[in-house]
Amino acid sequence: MSDVKTIAEPVQEKLVFDRPKSLTKRGFTYCPGCGHGVIHRLVAELIDEFGVQDRAIGMASVGCSVFSYWFFDCDFISCAHGRAPATATGVKRAHPDAFVFSYQGDGDLASIGMAEIMHAANRGEQITVIFVNNAIYGMTGGQMAPTTLENMVTTTSPLGRDPILAGGPIRMVEILANLDGVAFAARGSSSSPRNILKAKAYMKKAFRSQIEKKGFGIVEILSNCNTNWRKTPQEANKFIDEEMVKAFPLGVYKDVFADKSKK
Amino acid sequence: MSESQRELMKGNHAMCLGAIRSGARAYYGYPITPQNEATEYMSFHMPKAGGSFIQAESEIAAINMVFGAAAAGVRAMTSSSSPGISLKQEGISYIAMAELPCVIANVVRCGPGLGNIAPHQGDYFQATRGGGHGDYRTITLAPASVQEMAQLTYKAFDLADEYRNPSLILSDGVIGQMMEPVDLATIPAKDAPKKDWAVGLGQDKRERNVHTTIYLEPEDMAQMHLKLIDKYDRIRREVQYYEEFRTEDADILIVSYGNSSRVARTAIRHLREEGKVKAGMLRTISLWPYPYRILNEIASNYKAILVLEMNWGQMVEDVRLAIGDKTPIHFAGKHGGLLFTPAEIEEFVCAIDKDPNNPKTAWTPIR
Repeated sequence: MSDVKTIAEPVQEKLVFDRPKSLTKRGFTYCPGCGHGVIHRLVAELIDEFGVQDRAIGMASVGCSVFSYWFFDCDFISCAHGRAPATATGVKRAHPDAFVFSYQGDGDLASIGMAEIMHAANRGEQITVIFVNNAIYGMTGGQMAPTTLENMVTTTSPLGRDPILAGGPIRMVEILANLDGVAFAARGSSSSPRNILKAKAYMKKAFRSQIEKKGFGIVEILSNCNTNWRKTPQEANKFIDEEMVKAFPLGVYKDVFADKSKK
Repeated sequence: MSESQRELMKGNHAMCLGAIRSGARAYYGYPITPQNEATEYMSFHMPKAGGSFIQAESEIAAINMVFGAAAAGVRAMTSSSSPGISLKQEGISYIAMAELPCVIANVVRCGPGLGNIAPHQGDYFQATRGGGHGDYRTITLAPASVQEMAQLTYKAFDLADEYRNPSLILSDGVIGQMMEPVDLATIPAKDAPKKDWAVGLGQDKRERNVHTTIYLEPEDMAQMHLKLIDKYDRIRREVQYYEEFRTEDADILIVSYGNSSRVARTAIRHLREEGKVKAGMLRTISLWPYPYRILNEIASNYKAILVLEMNWGQMVEDVRLAIGDKTPIHFAGKHGGLLFTPAEIEEFVCAIDKDPNNPKTAWTPIR
């Protein structure tokens, strides 16, 4: 396609900050201010840091990140809606030494793909799941998601999500942490540099879970959809910090690497 | 070919053995009658062969595991029965669009809905017209014996790899459950071919491999469509499998497949022994592509054609597509999961022999 934007080669004499090797040169197509760009970068940085680019296989889901294979420079499968953990299972069983990850949104993972995520986790599949929760169906134009907050207005909850009729926001990492197959489950946020660094530390453990064959690893990252939330990026990140975290408390819910003697 | 090595086997087991011997190393399934013997067999024999077995949480998960394994270059298979195959259709559509090879077996039971677990042939349209959303086809083979369960499944993997397209085995509750001897020499164990397009390791030494089914620009999608159309045309020309039985001197031609064709064979033999009617049969083995060519060539040699199916009339439309108005077409169906008896087939054939336009069974799409 002619309108593909690529990233220019850096011209600084002394390079202090560069694009991770595991990202292609293609410019992101996400909305300005959206968290996907930052989260993509974190994943790519970790692929580089663990040195697994030559054996990384990604599963793209259905939603805004459907084209994530444009941006990650490794083998990829664009999966059916919600089915990425099942497809990842087929890949990982075929190539146990590959680094297999899925990158899924909240509609994909917590609604239509609920069965696939629960059972992949329960089997302890050696895969890493990056779960981006922005409390809305972004790509289809802002419909209610399973993670939409109570009273939050969306195009299919125009009067606000009514918990009596539509239930409340579903907390996936808390649920998944209860399963024996899960080695690491945590929730971070992309709302500030401090939170982003913390999210990366969580993701690092979810990577290790797979690489050290400890089991299934998942990191949920609260992210903004400023476009469909009808907010500026700044307002949207503030909304994560002030409202979203009340329904979705940040932190580690399961950690096989934790030093149990400290408890 | 080496000496024959006959073993008495159940149809569903023979199918799985055919898969493993063709180099299949991934099987993902979910319990449903009458195909449970397949999942049970694979749970033991697939890991023993060094492959992976998972009892999936659903038919949907099973087909998507097959999607992953196929993309990873492994010969992969799932099996189910009618309601389960309906659930797999989403995944089959994706696999067809991604041009990945795999084998899906449908041990057909009676529908619609939950129906019952008796044998039926009601999934013919679903199998031969794509089944899921979008314009695609799956290579569809219909075994009529336990031997063919093994052999056609073995073959289905080769076809799937050759054309990078899903293959379907369309069997039924009788063929899946019954026991017959299988000549193991016809399915010698072999390794699956290597696939340079598969996702996997060693990406630093090659271009990366991406499997996708989304092409947002209609111009890009049209290019993909043209590629698939061209491929399907090639398959149509190259894969038309059938068996002719006593067709050379017949007056009445039966067209049938699978389980129905077995009863038809008995009826044809009996009619000839009794000196009543010289009937013959074209047994279609590939249902997609349908063997239109042979049917079109031989149709005018017969007084009439009788299509036998354990459904309400599906393949009969393909017969009509093949021959038009050349020869009168008759249809006899069997319903609810009941089986044909030789006597009733003989009765149909005798009536048609007497009156090739016998209105009781005459079939036309024009009402």
